[in-house]
Amino acid sequence: MAIGRPKIKSLQAAESPLLGGAMFSPAVLYIVLLIGAPFVLAIFYAFSDARIGSTTLHFVGLENFRSILQSPSFRKALQNSIVFTICAQAIVVVCSTMLSIALEKKFRGRGLLRFLILLPWVAPVSLGSIGWKWILDSIYSVITWVLVWLHFYKPYGAPMWLGQPHLAMASVILVHCWRLIPFATVVMLAGSSAIPKEIPEAAAIDGAGFWRTLFQIKIPMMLPIINVAVLFGTIFTFTDMTVVYILTAGGPFDSTQTLPSLAFATGIQGSDLAAGAAISLFLVPVLVVIAYLMLRMAHRAEVV
Amino acid sequence: MKRADLRKLGARIVHWSVLFVFTVLLAFPFYWMLIAAFKQNLDLYTVENNPFIFNARPTLDHLRLLFNETRFVRWLGNTALVGVIVVAITLLLAMPAAYALARLTGRWGQRLGIGIFLTYLVPPTLLFIPLSRVVAILGLQDTIWSVVLVYPSFTVPFSIWLLMAFFKSIPKELEDAAMVDGLTRFGAFVKLVIPISVSGILTVVIFTFTLVTQEFVYALTFISPESNQMVGVGIPIFLVRGDVYFWGSLMAACLIASLPVALVYNMFLDRFIAGFTVGAVK
Repeated sequence: MAIGRPKIKSLQAAESPLLGGAMFSPAVLYIVLLIGAPFVLAIFYAFSDARIGSTTLHFVGLENFRSILQSPSFRKALQNSIVFTICAQAIVVVCSTMLSIALEKKFRGRGLLRFLILLPWVAPVSLGSIGWKWILDSIYSVITWVLVWLHFYKPYGAPMWLGQPHLAMASVILVHCWRLIPFATVVMLAGSSAIPKEIPEAAAIDGAGFWRTLFQIKIPMMLPIINVAVLFGTIFTFTDMTVVYILTAGGPFDSTQTLPSLAFATGIQGSDLAAGAAISLFLVPVLVVIAYLMLRMAHRAEVV
Repeated sequence: MKRADLRKLGARIVHWSVLFVFTVLLAFPFYWMLIAAFKQNLDLYTVENNPFIFNARPTLDHLRLLFNETRFVRWLGNTALVGVIVVAITLLLAMPAAYALARLTGRWGQRLGIGIFLTYLVPPTLLFIPLSRVVAILGLQDTIWSVVLVYPSFTVPFSIWLLMAFFKSIPKELEDAAMVDGLTRFGAFVKLVIPISVSGILTVVIFTFTLVTQEFVYALTFISPESNQMVGVGIPIFLVRGDVYFWGSLMAACLIASLPVALVYNMFLDRFIAGFTVGAVK
């Protein structure tokens, strides 16, 4: 702080509350009106019988929650959301740790390689998903062609990737991983560049092999940044509806339905705003936990 | 000595094969879009053909169909227009707020800043149902103004967060000197801080624009007429007639719409990541 300049300091103190408030209140107001208010409205709808097209609204208590908890579609969606998120994060952590270590050293062509690797993350998600829909097509799938060519299946005998429940679930997880690995990789690259180079080098000189250095020194030191990647990845997977909506629209037979896609199908396509709002509120506990973990991490980073 | 050499060679082979396998897997869908965009239908839809190569001459038919007989250009235009307006709104709201949080409000700035960052974590899939009613009540349904209204709700919080870090890195003494020279605090912000923050502001512009092109849920919910669509919804939803997929044109559209965004985003990526990592990287 400018200790030698009392004049400025007093000036700052005198004008700061008013000007500061005037400068950030428009943004805060906007956020309150377009995030806070709709959130409250979502809770309100979840306890009402709101429908698209109806002008009256009645308070119905826990009725919506009771009926969705009894619906098999909802239970499947809740289960899928959790399974998809956990599977995708597990695969993403392993793959992006490998990839970030491979990308750490500088070499010729690294920039181009990084661009190619990043494409899935920087391209619009709905367009990447439609690309996958073509790759996983029931008849013209390139995966099917390769498997037939390798004689794993007879022509026209391969399974339909998006048409059978378990394969469709695997496909959704695959596309989520495809999209998140680049993101997690760059986050980890940013983190690993902050680790002092001397420590792994010293370990190597002391005779620790590659794997020992990796598991006992590098990965433990990267843990905080791996956590950041996992927390964001969890939000991106758990709250996403684009991948599912484009690949399978929740089918076959609700087998890939997730909470967001079911909320869309119920609330918007099915006009039942109240039930849709109630379904989407089930995202909140996970978001709260993640927000808490992030705050704790941010706090710890400040203290250190 | 020989053993050490072998080891080194082994490590290099592993290193390069990891890079090779991941690059191929991650970039493959885009190669697939590229090749499908120029293949003749007969080639595209013959199961026996080797799909990795052109079995017949490449064609521009899909591009012609895309540009002449679909609303693709219109969607690109809509997206660009919405992008520009949302960027303007985002800058107007986020720049002063970020500066206020970085400089003026002291200890509270930190807490408010984190609070604003947390609102970025609220996903569209939680808010699209109530917002669809808000949009309907305001009479904005089925127009691009619905998304113009709503998109800043996710671009502003993250932009404030990015800009806050940027403004904090500017030495306070610069502004103090300007104020001694007779500028007001707000004057110093407009005439001094904004001009030297151009690169930070540019990051926010790119970030906002790419988020607008990537958004799907709100545009799908609020806008139903084909001609008013955004590119991210128009391509996957409206390039399909009934159950017929025009795969060639579809893939061409995906590639054309995503490559420019990807290129620009890639250039600014390190800054966004610095914003994402909160404080875990030091």
